[in-house]
Amino acid sequence: MSRRKWPLIPAIALGVAIAWAALAPMPESPRREQPFVIPEGTWARRMSGDQVDILPQQIRLTLGVNDVLFLKNLDTVPQTFGPALLMPGQSFRLPFELASEYQFACSAHSSGQMTVIVDPYPASPWGRLRWRTLNLVEAFGNKTHEPKS
Amino acid sequence: MRAMESYMSIGSAIAAALLWSICAVAADRPALKAGVFEPPRPAPELSLEASTGGTLSLADYRDKVVLLGFGFTSCPEVCPTTLAVLAQARKRLGAQADQVQVVYVTVDPQRDTAERMRAYLKGFDPTFLGGTGTPAQLEAVRKNYGVMAERKNIGNSYTVGHSSSVYLIDRKGLLRAMMPYGRLPDDYVHDLRVLLSE
Repeated sequence: MSRRKWPLIPAIALGVAIAWAALAPMPESPRREQPFVIPEGTWARRMSGDQVDILPQQIRLTLGVNDVLFLKNLDTVPQTFGPALLMPGQSFRLPFELASEYQFACSAHSSGQMTVIVDPYPASPWGRLRWRTLNLVEAFGNKTHEPKS
Repeated sequence: MRAMESYMSIGSAIAAALLWSICAVAADRPALKAGVFEPPRPAPELSLEASTGGTLSLADYRDKVVLLGFGFTSCPEVCPTTLAVLAQARKRLGAQADQVQVVYVTVDPQRDTAERMRAYLKGFDPTFLGGTGTPAQLEAVRKNYGVMAERKNIGNSYTVGHSSSVYLIDRKGLLRAMMPYGRLPDDYVHDLRVLLSE
């Protein structure tokens, strides 16, 4: 292959990736849960001065894919987790049926608020491409789940 | 020694059967539209001044499903919307409405007297009950439920930012679920029918 054609390879690979992202079927999960778990020892870590951020200030869900927020407290003390006060070992399972932006009062965040954005099911190729791009950005994005100032 | 072993195996069998029955009951529960607590815990008791006079206690409504909300009578948007939704849901329940009790606890004891709450709630549904008390009493209730309330000054007046979800308490007094703000009356009707059928 001549050197002139080398740049074509990444362009073709990108094209294939975009085509896959737009046309591949959406992942299916019977429970459709987006889980967040408080591990045992979280309270002790907070008491010792560690900043422990488990629940993002903004959570993005998608109808038909992961439209159930699932929170579980595995710590040994009660914890305010998003909008719910959870006893040790208790879980909270909140389903969403409408695409919208939901605000919850949440004392676990410095702003006192938590936002859940529920996107519609990405039925069109453009919608799937957007959904996969957002997921990719989130996967490499804000690891602490707290907004950047 | 052999007797001890047989006692232990009987004990293990009983524990396994209990665990199995708890799991089976949990698995058989129909899904609610609200957020569900699992396992449910007893709803923390209230001992407040009722809007109708006397003491407001959840134990008095053990045979009913209780919808418990937090708010204040000067609330410009969230509380009127929530209370209107709850009133609609009760209407749509028809004959079963008698088995549902709405309880609204104030986050603004400075302005919300029992009399003021009674007059306010009556505008939505005459069966709605309000609860007020001292700031310390109300703070303790909010802490037990994980409810947030924060006073914000606006000029010479103030408003109160607060959690806007409604708690669903079943006939046994268990805190079963929490409905977020913004859900429709039909979502409440669905969940109330599920809880009333148990």
